[in-house]
Amino acid sequence: MSERMKGILSPIIAIVLFLLFWEWLVWYNDWPNYKMASPSDLWPAFWKFRDLFAMYAWDTLWRTVVGLALAVVVGVAFGVVMGFSKTMRTALYPLLVGFNAVPKATVVPVVALIFVGQHDFNTVLIAFMISFFPIAVSVSIGLSTLEPEYRDILRALGASKLTVFWKIALPKTLPEFFGALKVASTLAFIGTNLMEIVEPHGRGLGHLFDSGKINADYPLMFAVLIALAVLGILLYYAVVILEKIFAGWAEREPTY
Amino acid sequence: MSVDVGIENVSHAYTTGQQSLPVLDKLNLTIPAGQFTAVVGPSGCGKSTLTRLASGLMAPDSGAVTLNEERVTSPRSTVGMAFQNPVLLEWRTIIENVVLPMEIVKHDLTRNQCLKRAAKLLELVGLADFKHKRPSELSGGMRQRASLCRALVHKPDLLILDEPFGALDAFTREDLWQIMRELRGRESFTGLLITHDLRESVFLADQVVVLSGRPATCQYVLDVTLPEDRRIDSLYTPEAVEMLATLREQIEIAQGRKQEVAA
Repeated sequence: MSERMKGILSPIIAIVLFLLFWEWLVWYNDWPNYKMASPSDLWPAFWKFRDLFAMYAWDTLWRTVVGLALAVVVGVAFGVVMGFSKTMRTALYPLLVGFNAVPKATVVPVVALIFVGQHDFNTVLIAFMISFFPIAVSVSIGLSTLEPEYRDILRALGASKLTVFWKIALPKTLPEFFGALKVASTLAFIGTNLMEIVEPHGRGLGHLFDSGKINADYPLMFAVLIALAVLGILLYYAVVILEKIFAGWAEREPTY
Repeated sequence: MSVDVGIENVSHAYTTGQQSLPVLDKLNLTIPAGQFTAVVGPSGCGKSTLTRLASGLMAPDSGAVTLNEERVTSPRSTVGMAFQNPVLLEWRTIIENVVLPMEIVKHDLTRNQCLKRAAKLLELVGLADFKHKRPSELSGGMRQRASLCRALVHKPDLLILDEPFGALDAFTREDLWQIMRELRGRESFTGLLITHDLRESVFLADQVVVLSGRPATCQYVLDVTLPEDRRIDSLYTPEAVEMLATLREQIEIAQGRKQEVAA
């Protein structure tokens, strides 16, 4: 079997085995629907609410992406400031660490109460808050650990700080940035769902999950979980593709 | 084009906290235009400081660095630099790396003409087939060759080399010495080479300056009397061996291991 086929087939086999095991577990224990749904229950649940799924998946997706985009803008800005100025790094780091240390699950109800009913705004805000920290840290570390010789080859020619940043510091930091973006995209996704679950009368897959809970509709809840997993995978691989395009040079041929 | 380089009465110290560490003490050194000067000396005697002063990256505490009698106060686009670490940019191909200074320095060549110039230099150092490779695909010696091309692509009038061959194995180093001599024959620049390798200094330079231990001052100047068309064999002639022995002795004096005998 070719390597390529192996690469496609082996994860599919793993997923099928996992679903079979799940189905068997529910069947063997004779668990009713309201205790644990089995994979075969998921499709009917999904099909019944397919319009809601499509609509809410879109809500969850765009909120996550907008929150993540904000996190990139603000995180990179913080990272650049802290990366270039030691004073700013010393000043801001404890604040950022403290901010990041507060479990976001506790911030969710606070935000929901402050901006009652602003579902989109609240959700984007939490997605942003939870995900900008790793970006800020990785960019600042990437910039502050730039070897002085890299700066000198351009500075010796009279290049400005801005030129050094665009030509060297920024591209050199891209691999670290994308590493952080992978973590951040997962975090932003968690943030979005936390908010959607908590807010009454909201939208998004988190809200659909919550209505499943209220109606004790286990198959629906599990169907939402699967939909979330699919969405999460899409998001992650979107970042991987961007990384390949912009920082593909950092990948080396494996040496045996 | 090449320039006269003058280091006049230069003193410099690094201050960390309360402590001041003097590294250069009233150093005097002149390199006539087109000549190649090697600077040797004990570890940590301020050789690298000298490169940063000569390139204008740093200003000396006192004294002056001049190029054609003109005082250097800030970096100048007519300087080329290469370090022990080739510092090639991994996200650029070799030729894109070489052409980098042309993106900074003002000139009136088109991008295509710049690339042509870069390609010509790469051919000179034997990297014609590697121009579109990434730095990670090249060996250490090849990367250093590309780094030399980058230092020369904008036709600098002063080339500053800070131990550029220090991290290479002995044979690769000798190859690069010869490439350096060839480049010197074709391009016109004044050269300042910092090195720990006495054979390298004699092979590449017209004069070798021995610095004393820290704070460094000019201790000894040796005029290299080897013929212009040097080969590695030239290092094994009696006169070369004698020069090397003299330099060796001067280094020991600089290290303080041997008292200077009254001449």
